[in-house]
Amino acid sequence: MSNSVLYDVPGPKARRRSFVFSIVGVVFILGVLALLVSALAAPRVSVNGQVNPSLLDPTRWDIFSDVQLWLGIGRGLQGTLTMAGVAAVLALLIGVLFCFGRTSATAWVRIPTTVLLEVFRGIPVLLLMLFTLLVFQTGSYWAGVAGLAIYNGAIIGEALRAGIASLPKGQRESGLAIGLTPVQTRLKIEFPQAFRQMLPIIIAQLVVLLKDTSLAYIISYPELLRYVMTFLKNYYGSYYQFSLFAVVLAVYLALNLTLSWIARVVARRTAGGAKGGRGRKNGRRTTVGETVVLDPDGGAVGGGAVGSP
Amino acid sequence: MDAVIDNLPTFLNGFGKTLGLLGLSGVLALVLGVIVAAMRISPVASLRGFASFYTEIVRNTPLTLVLFFCGVLLPALGVPANYFALAVLGLTVYTSPFFAEAIRSGINGVPIGQAEAARSIGLDFGQTLRLIVLPQALRMVVPPLINVFIALTKNTSVAGGFFVIELFAAAGVVINERGDEVIAILLAVAVFYLIVTIPLGFIAGRVEKRVAILR
Repeated sequence: MSNSVLYDVPGPKARRRSFVFSIVGVVFILGVLALLVSALAAPRVSVNGQVNPSLLDPTRWDIFSDVQLWLGIGRGLQGTLTMAGVAAVLALLIGVLFCFGRTSATAWVRIPTTVLLEVFRGIPVLLLMLFTLLVFQTGSYWAGVAGLAIYNGAIIGEALRAGIASLPKGQRESGLAIGLTPVQTRLKIEFPQAFRQMLPIIIAQLVVLLKDTSLAYIISYPELLRYVMTFLKNYYGSYYQFSLFAVVLAVYLALNLTLSWIARVVARRTAGGAKGGRGRKNGRRTTVGETVVLDPDGGAVGGGAVGSP
Repeated sequence: MDAVIDNLPTFLNGFGKTLGLLGLSGVLALVLGVIVAAMRISPVASLRGFASFYTEIVRNTPLTLVLFFCGVLLPALGVPANYFALAVLGLTVYTSPFFAEAIRSGINGVPIGQAEAARSIGLDFGQTLRLIVLPQALRMVVPPLINVFIALTKNTSVAGGFFVIELFAAAGVVINERGDEVIAILLAVAVFYLIVTIPLGFIAGRVEKRVAILR
């Protein structure tokens, strides 16, 4: 952050002021954290006046030396990952189908697909899951997979369509001019470019899909949260509730942060590749519009970023 | 179909709760999001660091976990069990980093020359932001902000899993009584959600087009 355009390189006075602000900020944040920790570390007094050990008391965490517990967490994680994996593959397929349907030249295909897309994007994933569960009697696993696949498929389809729409018109025209059929042009010329351009957004969406598997908790599928907070909690007792939750949170954070990081690396790679390889369209983004759209975390923001850390 | 008409009050009640969740947590999250976004572009390093830490952590936590914490753990830890308020709290915390990111990406979307020009005619940080960058950023930020509102509308359904009888949970209540008309009931609920999300999406599209012409 040495040279943001928004402000000068700070002089001695401003530096001192910024330093003071920094200290105030740090003190404030540390204060809030201290408050939180002390609230956690205070002994719990139940309604009838009984005093229980605090939430950070070692006796609340001793179950984590039990191998069976970690195997249980592993099984919960397996439930989450199998759902996310299958749903991700299906979502990609459905996304490609939606994209082709939406950009079809035939109105009989295009209009119903558009309506379906709008509906699927406009209702909660949870409702899709419940619908599959109750109407098709699929069991909670396939209900979860179907809900996630359809919803995220719709989003990915829209992203791919936007990718095709953003291609220079000459791509399609030259494809047709060298004698490819419209379908061939779409498959061989337009789609590969759109997919590549939209890869960061698609990966970001797959991270969202992984996060959303936790929604299957509500339709009673034994994913990580359900497995740990219901089955394991019933086994070890609600005395350990807080500790178990902390571990679930840690597992989710580790998983998602890793994936987000991979997504960012891929985004940087594709952005770099486009710059070198295809100099024409995606040179430097000194303009505005494109970075605003679905920008996951400034990953796509290249040189023209104002004031980002 | 008569299952829907007979139970219309239940649905409307749930719809009201959904709108309440949307309005309250939407406004609160927007306020929190503006604060976080301001922290993220501020010259003070500790605030920047804290804001990006907060954003990263919350954005990578599933909503179900946040609401589980608010709806199950907090009452178990002795917080008064007002489930509606707890759900608002959870949705606010979960949504705020998305608002913050939308705002920040809007600020990043302003061409760098604008800020450079403002600085070179002698405006300071506050003036540059207030007079040059924010007015342009706000215009560009509206469509992504509306998209966050749409996502929030859909996310309120998760609160239905944690003791708030909003629209999604209302569907469950009605289905318990009328198991023979599941499809009609669920479609009715879907229509209620679409009543909110489709117009919002339409507005977002319109604004986006107008902004595109403006630039």
